[in-house]
Amino acid sequence: MSVDASMRAYAATLPVPEFETTAFTTLGKPLSEARVAIVTSAALHRPGQDRFDLVDIGFRSLDRADRQLVMGHWSPNFDHTGFQLDLNVVYPIDRLEELAADGVIGDVAPRHFAFAGNQPDTVSEVRLDTGPACAAELVADAVDVVLLTPV
Amino acid sequence: MIEVVERMSPPRALYCEFPLGRPLGKPSDAVFQREVIERGLELLEASEPVLATHPEVVESDETPLVCSIPPRYDPDVPPSVDEAQGLRAAYDRALAARGTTSVGRAIDADDVPAALEVLHQWATGASWEDVALPGKNTVAVSHDIRTYYEEAAMELVAGSTPGGRAAEAWFFEETEAGRTVMAARTALKDQEAPFPFWFYMAPAHR
Repeated sequence: MSVDASMRAYAATLPVPEFETTAFTTLGKPLSEARVAIVTSAALHRPGQDRFDLVDIGFRSLDRADRQLVMGHWSPNFDHTGFQLDLNVVYPIDRLEELAADGVIGDVAPRHFAFAGNQPDTVSEVRLDTGPACAAELVADAVDVVLLTPV
Repeated sequence: MIEVVERMSPPRALYCEFPLGRPLGKPSDAVFQREVIERGLELLEASEPVLATHPEVVESDETPLVCSIPPRYDPDVPPSVDEAQGLRAAYDRALAARGTTSVGRAIDADDVPAALEVLHQWATGASWEDVALPGKNTVAVSHDIRTYYEEAAMELVAGSTPGGRAAEAWFFEETEAGRTVMAARTALKDQEAPFPFWFYMAPAHR
């Protein structure tokens, strides 16, 4: 079994929050008119922003034009070189710009957001505090669709 | 771990079995990345919660990266210190090319040789409680050392796209720094340092 496969197998045994219902909504407009943002758990930030602490429930705001980003993730268990080679493999901001230019999506959001993927086991802080706070920022930017990229 | 997705029941998910740390699958492959995103966006058309699976699996490459390591230069310093100093030019080129670095959780590039010197001392008998580590946090420092090496390595193999665990394998299996981190980790364990201090200095499978 590969290392990635064994890590996936181990992760599958860990307890996670389970929900009896699923929050669901429909887009309500054509995708070609929708504004799209990225939210990643890769702990990305600009060099001048606060670094992510070992346990950091917060998020960092990334501007649409930002390309020089730091991966501040603390986990040694996954590859970081893909990001060094091409940030789009984690944070596909150039792909979103291309989709907007081609008319597939309506617009690229002015801000995108990064959390750290390593969180307390219950994820309660993100669920009850910083997650809703980030969602409010997205709503304030009139974002219709969020693309989540997990790391 | 699609089982996790199934248990958490998100409204829309595209499960992608790609190398961990590469959620879009393939660096420097815009066509592939766009296809992944468009498959995800197609889920917006669903009228109820949906979990789809991307049809292509991208495997990690666990074969060590083929990357030059500097020859021994200064016999008066530990091999890992000598090696780290020899990689500095490549690291600096990588920094100039990318404009930023992910080294800096606890130490910056200037501190890497001194940190390796202390890890070497721990590995050869010094007590972690007596000999202080620059940056203090063993996990962050180890990660910074590895990042310094990986950023230098990506510059040295520029033009290729190494697989998902090739650089990790190179660092821990081929470099003096990787061996020093692992030896220091073992020494901390043997000295009964707290588990989080040493365990997370390297990937869990090591």
